[in-house]
Amino acid sequence: MNGKITDIESMGSADGPGVRLVVFMAGCKLRCLYCHNPETWTDKDAKTITAEEILQRFKKYETYYGEHGGVTFSGGEPLLQSEFLLEAIKLLKANGVHVTIDTCGVADGYDEVLDLVDLVILDIKAVERDEYKFITGREFDDFENFLKSCISKNKKLWLRQVIVPGINDDEAHVLKLKKFAKNIPNVERIELLPYHSMGKSKYEKLGIEYRLGDTPNMDKELTKKLEDMLK
Amino acid sequence: MEEIFEKAWRGFHGDSWKEEADLSNFIVRNFTEYKGDDSFLAGPTEKTKAVWSKCEKLLEEENKNGGCLDVETNILSGITAFAPGYIDKENEVIVGLQTDAPLKRIVNMYGGTKIAMKALEAHGYKLNDEVYKHFTTYRKTHNDGVFDAYTPSIRRARSNGLLTGLPDGYGRGRIIGDYRRIALYGIDKLIEFKKKDLNGEFIDEQYIEESIRLREEINEQIRALEAIKQMAASYGFDISKPAQNAREAMQWAYFGYLAGAKENNGAATSMGRNATFYDIYIERDLQEGTLTEEEAQELVDQYVIKLRLIRHLRTPDYDELFAGDPTWVTEAVAGMVNESKSLTTKNSFRFLNTLINLNPSAEPNLTVLWSKGLPMNFKKYCAKISIKTDSIQYEGDDTMRPGYGHDYAIACCVSAMKQGKQMQFFGARCNLAKSLLYAINGGVDEKSGKLVVDGLEKNTEEVLTYDKVRRDYSTMIKKIAKIYVDANNIIHFMHDKYAYEASQMALHDTAVERLMAFGIAGFSCAVDSLSAIRYAKVKPIRNEQGIAVDFEVEGDFPKFGNDDDRVDIIAQELVQEFFNAIDSHKLYRNAKPTLSLLTITSNVMYGQKTGSTPDGRKAGEAFAPGANPMHGRDSSGALASLNSVAKIKYEHCCQDGISNTFSIVPSALGNNEDEQVENLVSIIDGYFAQGAQHINVNVFNRDLLIDAMNNPWKYPNLTIRVSGYAVNFNKLDRAHQEEVIARTFHEKR
Repeated sequence: MNGKITDIESMGSADGPGVRLVVFMAGCKLRCLYCHNPETWTDKDAKTITAEEILQRFKKYETYYGEHGGVTFSGGEPLLQSEFLLEAIKLLKANGVHVTIDTCGVADGYDEVLDLVDLVILDIKAVERDEYKFITGREFDDFENFLKSCISKNKKLWLRQVIVPGINDDEAHVLKLKKFAKNIPNVERIELLPYHSMGKSKYEKLGIEYRLGDTPNMDKELTKKLEDMLK
Repeated sequence: MEEIFEKAWRGFHGDSWKEEADLSNFIVRNFTEYKGDDSFLAGPTEKTKAVWSKCEKLLEEENKNGGCLDVETNILSGITAFAPGYIDKENEVIVGLQTDAPLKRIVNMYGGTKIAMKALEAHGYKLNDEVYKHFTTYRKTHNDGVFDAYTPSIRRARSNGLLTGLPDGYGRGRIIGDYRRIALYGIDKLIEFKKKDLNGEFIDEQYIEESIRLREEINEQIRALEAIKQMAASYGFDISKPAQNAREAMQWAYFGYLAGAKENNGAATSMGRNATFYDIYIERDLQEGTLTEEEAQELVDQYVIKLRLIRHLRTPDYDELFAGDPTWVTEAVAGMVNESKSLTTKNSFRFLNTLINLNPSAEPNLTVLWSKGLPMNFKKYCAKISIKTDSIQYEGDDTMRPGYGHDYAIACCVSAMKQGKQMQFFGARCNLAKSLLYAINGGVDEKSGKLVVDGLEKNTEEVLTYDKVRRDYSTMIKKIAKIYVDANNIIHFMHDKYAYEASQMALHDTAVERLMAFGIAGFSCAVDSLSAIRYAKVKPIRNEQGIAVDFEVEGDFPKFGNDDDRVDIIAQELVQEFFNAIDSHKLYRNAKPTLSLLTITSNVMYGQKTGSTPDGRKAGEAFAPGANPMHGRDSSGALASLNSVAKIKYEHCCQDGISNTFSIVPSALGNNEDEQVENLVSIIDGYFAQGAQHINVNVFNRDLLIDAMNNPWKYPNLTIRVSGYAVNFNKLDRAHQEEVIARTFHEKR
């Protein structure tokens, strides 16, 4: 079967361990205020790809991916195409490839996928229900269920949160995140990603309103300091 | 064994290297591989700081003075011609300058009088009248000889920019003496070896000319060895005997290098592959308690300072070809003995550490011989220093070792040769993009309108057809290869005759193997042009003479640098075809031909001299450097770009090197320093695992270069890799700076 993707990056260095092939899957149920890939919300302009094509693409660059690299399914929300994802991951795993999914956890039918992947990068939009809804436009429950699944399967996790000036860039927020993460076993790292406005021009092109307006970029040094609090 | 050797060789293992100059055996028997990290490294000592701060002032003055601080105008080049010179005598632990003062340049007339005079004039100097009169009255030069023998077709190819940068008016360079021999054996023993050769097996009476020439050359070499000894004595050192410790070993070898830099003005004069050799002495001194780590680093730092001060007097034309006043004092670091044991030593780290202790610098041209098997700690250290300084180039040891063994060095940028056992006849480059235009225009130059290459038919098609153009191109390639070979045979015959590098050749085996290095410029432009003709619709726009002066390109076509086999195969075939065309000719002194995709910075000048091309490039626009894809056309990501270049065959094809300059923005490598280091290691590993040969790594943002171009004072030490060498960005002229900025920067998408 075919998967729907918006892009494929052969030298991903920020989405999982090592250098990786990153597959950006189309479609997402969340509408996060700061999303910098609004083109991935729907599959309107998506391209199709097969599992075999992903494997071939991986093989083309295999020597660069070394011991630690592999394939990351990102998006969009990769788990919305769980049937295709399962097929692709089975094929990759049969070829000994390290597979990561980069997800927000809002999806269904992911049980088998979760069993197979080596690492889950989980984007924690917020740890409190109100704020979660404010940022993503959806209720907290789907995310909570996904997290429970990860915990029950003892999945290796990297947690991530985007830090936006004026929304969650204060110490109190970070401490709450720290407390939340403490109760999750098998967390290998927590990363804070500084908000940037580079996605803004995409909104203009797509004719979608950009709700963060002139919110400035998040200071990288300050983000680093906040991240250090999590240690 | 004489006592002096027993003492010098105390604790060293092995015997075969004692009987004949065999450094490769000596090193393998005696070096200590280091697999640890960089935590042992020491900073600069007070002495080093004192010497370097004086140098920094002098370098600044040199820069203010239009790039040349001073020229010796009363004495001509020669090993013993100059009085000893110092920077800061009491703080220098390694001594020796080309002339009696730092950065004072030498006039070398043996390559050609005209060019030497032009260079003097350009910097506002005038040679002593008497010296000029005597030299020009009594001495014929290399340049005079070449022009006596050049054919009309060579002259036409040369003046129309089809062949450019030929070493017919200055030193050919590229010869790497095995300077380590002086340290290990002392000069007297080397003279003894050479005297044995004088009547030895290499003299074959069957070949009358070659035997006579060889006997003459050996005697020249012996005299040069005596001269090196005398020059060292003027600094108070007796190098007739072998070195007793690390300081002497480095000093002895440096005197050998220095002699070459006093005697010759070759374009590129590498230091060789010495760090691990010196480490053997350093390790022994450390064990004997006569040297500390700080002192070991001090030796390396001060030795490197000396290499940073090497200068040659150049003309503005030369600077245009090779921008930024480079000397290519290339030092090759690390590499492997075999698949499992690396030649990495603590000294491999110390050499790279000079980029921290003394700030980044273009020279010496530090070249890491990369292999899958290098210790991970060393790989990470290299990546860290690369990200910090942009001053290192990498070359694939697993690609080169099968052909060159484990004791080769790199001449200039990418040219491998067995140290002390092979030498190279440097042959500059042929413009293959212009050659394609000649195939279309019947051998008439698209700029001058003159007939340059005979016997070609003008293409009159309204839309160019691939089969016809490709066939005509093959005819042109055969013709230009012949002209190119003739030119190089003449050049090197005359260079041996009138400007023989006696001191450097004295540090080679007498039965030296000779390589003749040919090169290609405009490579990716030619390849994309062929692809455009094949896959798009290319209409020539002809002038009244019927010459295609521009092209209309309709539709898209695959471009080199996107890992697209449709065009990458065209690239592979073109290189192989050109090499085969060269290989079909006989070469001077039975040299073996090699070929490179390396332009240095001449891609800018070659582009200026070439009309519009069928790939859509407009007249005068720069070519990409070396084997690089054309600017901005490698749009499928960094790895696809690397893959395309890695497909070009090295062995028996492009065996003089395939240069790839790679610029990447830091954030595309990872979110933090550790990730960036690890990922850069993976990328370099991955590239060389495919049999690639060379990569220059630059990690910076385009904005930084634009800022540096507009505010040079903010970036006095900004060093970048351009094409086989590093250069101080401020030393490039505007055209070269703009070309570097226009290159593809691989970004995060």
